Order: sequence, then structure tokens, then C-alpha cells
Amino acid sequence: MDNGIVNGVIIILLIIAFAGLTMWAYSKRRKPDFDEAANLPFADEDEPPHRDQNASREADSRHDKGERNT
Amino acid sequence: MSTAFEHPTYNYKVVRQFAIMTVVWGIVGMALGVVLASQLVWPELNLGLPWTSFGRLRPLHTNAVIFAFGGSALFATSYYVVQRTCQVRLFSDKLAAFTFWGWQAVILSAVVTLPLGLTSTKEYAELEWPIDILLAVVWISYAIVFLGTIKLRKTSHIYVANWFFAAFIITVAVLHIVNSASIPVTSTYSVSLYAGAIDAMTQWWYGHNAVGFFLTAGFLGMMYYFVPKQAERPVYSYRLSIVHFWALIMVYMWAGPHHLHYTALPNWTQSLGMVLSIILLAPSWGGMINGMMTLSGAWHKLRTDPTLRFLVVALSFYGMSTFEGPMMAVKTVNALSHYTDWTIGHVHAGALGWVAMITIGSMYHLIPRLFGRTEMHSVNLIAVHFWLATIGTVLYIAAMWVNGILQGLMWRAVNPDGTLMYTFVESVEASGPGYIVRLIGGLCWVAGMLIMAFNVYMTVRRGEGARQPIPQTA
Repeated sequence: MDNGIVNGVIIILLIIAFAGLTMWAYSKRRKPDFDEAANLPFADEDEPPHRDQNASREADSRHDKGERNT
Repeated sequence: MSTAFEHPTYNYKVVRQFAIMTVVWGIVGMALGVVLASQLVWPELNLGLPWTSFGRLRPLHTNAVIFAFGGSALFATSYYVVQRTCQVRLFSDKLAAFTFWGWQAVILSAVVTLPLGLTSTKEYAELEWPIDILLAVVWISYAIVFLGTIKLRKTSHIYVANWFFAAFIITVAVLHIVNSASIPVTSTYSVSLYAGAIDAMTQWWYGHNAVGFFLTAGFLGMMYYFVPKQAERPVYSYRLSIVHFWALIMVYMWAGPHHLHYTALPNWTQSLGMVLSIILLAPSWGGMINGMMTLSGAWHKLRTDPTLRFLVVALSFYGMSTFEGPMMAVKTVNALSHYTDWTIGHVHAGALGWVAMITIGSMYHLIPRLFGRTEMHSVNLIAVHFWLATIGTVLYIAAMWVNGILQGLMWRAVNPDGTLMYTFVESVEASGPGYIVRLIGGLCWVAGMLIMAFNVYMTVRRGEGARQPIPQTA
């Protein structure tokens, strides 16, 4: 087998791999998983300790206690 | 920078360190660029000293902007994104701290050795072998921290941004170690392990993939996290992002020979490089469209959000330079453009328009969140920075287009008897006005970065001020 045939076979294999990948990525079966993955940047929204939010949360809890005590 | 903002789960300390150094090295690297641009207008500015000559400062500029500015930005954003999308703390705090200090040590060694003229002479890989070894150790530690964090993840999926970051980290390790392989002669001098055309091909396999993986895949990782975050909607098509990833990774590797058109490299290798460079347009634009379309239904946000403007204009420049690149890789176009200022313009359309703008947009999103705030100190100053950066880039690349085509045409012009119509120095003289416009563009960029530094300083200071405990009433 000379170099040309090897090159040709590799190219055909890569084209098949690319077509397979595209079909896999666009199959309906994968959609729910990909939707979940696409939302990962928004999944840990509650966690960042923003000072503004924390401050208001603390103030609220103090306020609540005060109300309960009266 | 105290421990006042420690996040309960994530390691934000190392992210903060890298984010601040991104701004610092951005100013240093771009100021060096302005010095070099000035030297091309007024050659006396090399001061007649070897250490400040163009040939020695130029690699310092490229190392400072690519590896110090771009590298710090990639470390900062990759550590932030991998923690937040895997919902787990970094694999090892100590190793992450080592990557920070190790990376800064590599950069400082470059600042010392390059002006001294100690260089391996390989473009974008100039550092001598002892620094190369340190760099390899730091990079492998980075890979362990990043991939280890992915392994520990609490989520079932690996978000697409992490795929791009992981490909960038692994590929850069391979590129750096293979291309920098050399035989040390003294502690400051080594000889490449490769010879002749093989050395050239290895160098540009490295050089082009430094562009493809360091300056593209890594920053696409940034794009896939910060564009959806800032636009407050998930990426346009997750399926397209998967096809984009694999197609880009597979094709980029083979485009290097377009840097060696009409050289001693075998002709078939040059043609192969050209064809694969043209194919590369497809995955590049796939990614660009995916980022742009993320904004569909949210375009109105551009009116009020200059951070988002940075991210979107970065994508526009990315689309523009990934069209220009394949065009310049065509051998007949390359015959005109190669060795002219057009190449420099093309690089800066990518480096300023894409890399720096996506970085700055990401930093304006990231920095307030790292310092316990929701917004930067001044949104108006972000808008000022945006316009300075955009105008600066346009001035820069327009000047280099004009100069490049002018030089290419002058160099190839021949008299009827076959002699050259112009001497080389005549083409240098004709380039003068373009060099002045380029200098103005560079000054816009440095001014913008100084405004950013002020804005970041005020954000950090106010963040620390807000940390003072609220007086408790009895």
C-alpha cells in the first residue's frame, strides 16, 4: 500500500467520523441532555456571595426576629 | 487583597491574582508595542543601546501580550469557569498557587533575558532552555489542576467551555515540549533538536497552533461561558458547539505550512497547508455564528451594556480575521502579502480585536464578582474603554492593510528590462504615514487599558470598603 492509498483511507475515515459526530450531535435523543448542559453556566446562580444581597438578607432576618419577638 | 471575599466552595484567590495580573501585563505588553511602533516612526528611539533595540524588544512585546496578558487571562477564566460549571473547588489549592507564581516567574525571566539578547530565535518560543523547562513544569501542573477539577465535578456534563480549555491546555503542552526540544550548550544557549526544513516545519506547526489553541481554543472557552452569562441566556446551539469543537480541533493542526509558502518546504506540504487553511473557515465561522446568535432576542442589551459590546465586537473581529487568514493562506495572495505589514495587521485584528476584546469583556464580568460586587465601579468608563479599543483596532488594521499592499506591490514591480522598479528603502519611506496611524491606534489601546486599571482599582477598593462589618445594635 503506497502513501497515496493510506492518505485516501484516512481522509474517508475522517469524513465518516465527522458525519457520525454531526448525526450524533443533532439526534433528537441527545436534546434533553444538551439542554441541561447548555444551562450549566446558570446552574450555580445562588452561590456568589454578593455583599449587597448578603447585607439585605441579614437585615431581613434581623427584621423577622424583631417581628416575632413583639 | 485580603481573604475577605473567600467563597465557601470555590478557590477565588488564584482567580483574583491572575485577573489583576491580566490588567497589569496588558498595560506592560501594549506599552511595549507602542514603544516599538514609535521606533518604526522615529528610529532614534532605540536610544542606540542593544537592550532597547527593536530586535530585542519585539519578542518581549509578543511574549508579554500573548503569554503574560493572554496567559494570565486564560488561567483566571479557566479556573473560574471550571469551578462554577463543575460546581466543585479546584483540585489542589497549592498546585494552583504554584501555577500562579511559576507563571509569573517565567514572565519575569523573559523580561530579563530577552532584552539581554538571550534567545532560541524561534518565534513565539524565544525563551532559552532553563526557562522552557520551568514553563513545561508549570504547564503540566496547570493541566493537573484543571483536568483534576473536571474529574471531581458534581455535574453530569462537562460544559463545552471546559472542552475548549482542556484542548488548549493539553495541546499547548505537546506543542511547547516538542518545539522547544533542544541540546543545551551552555546555561543560556542551546541548539534546536531539528535541522533545516524540518526545524522550520516544527516551528510553524508550533507557531500556527499557538494561534489555534492558545489564542483561539482557549479564548473560545472564554466566549462559551462569558457571552451566555453576560447575555443572560444559554448558548444559541449546544449541538453546533460540539461540532464546532471537534471540527476546529481536527483541522487547525494541519494549517501550519501556510507560514512557509515559497520556501524550502516541499511544495505538496505547502498546498496541503493552504487547502486545510481554507477548510478552517467553516469551523471558525460556525463558532462565531454560535456566539453571535446567542444574542438573538437580546440585541437591545448592547445599548446599555458595554461589557456585552466588548464580547460581541470581539466575535465580529474573530469572524473577520478568520476570513482574512484563509484568504492570505492562498498561495497567490500570500505571494503579495507575505513579509509585508499586512501580516502584522492580520495578527493584530485577531490579537486586539478578538483576543484582547473577549478578554476585557470577560474581565469586566469577572472582576466585580471576584471582589464581592455586582458591577464595575463605573459602567461609563467601560463604554469609554470600548470606544478607545474599537477605534484603536480599526486605525491599526487599516494602516497595516494600506502599508502591506503598498509594500507588496512595490517589491514586485519590475521595469521592462526586468530590474526592480523600487529599492527596499523606498518602500520603507512610503510606509511612514501608515506607521504614524498605527502608533495612534496603539496609543488608543494603552489609554483604554489605563482607564480599565483605574476602574478595576476603584472596584477592588470599594469592594473592600463594603466588607467592613455592619455595626450591630445591641
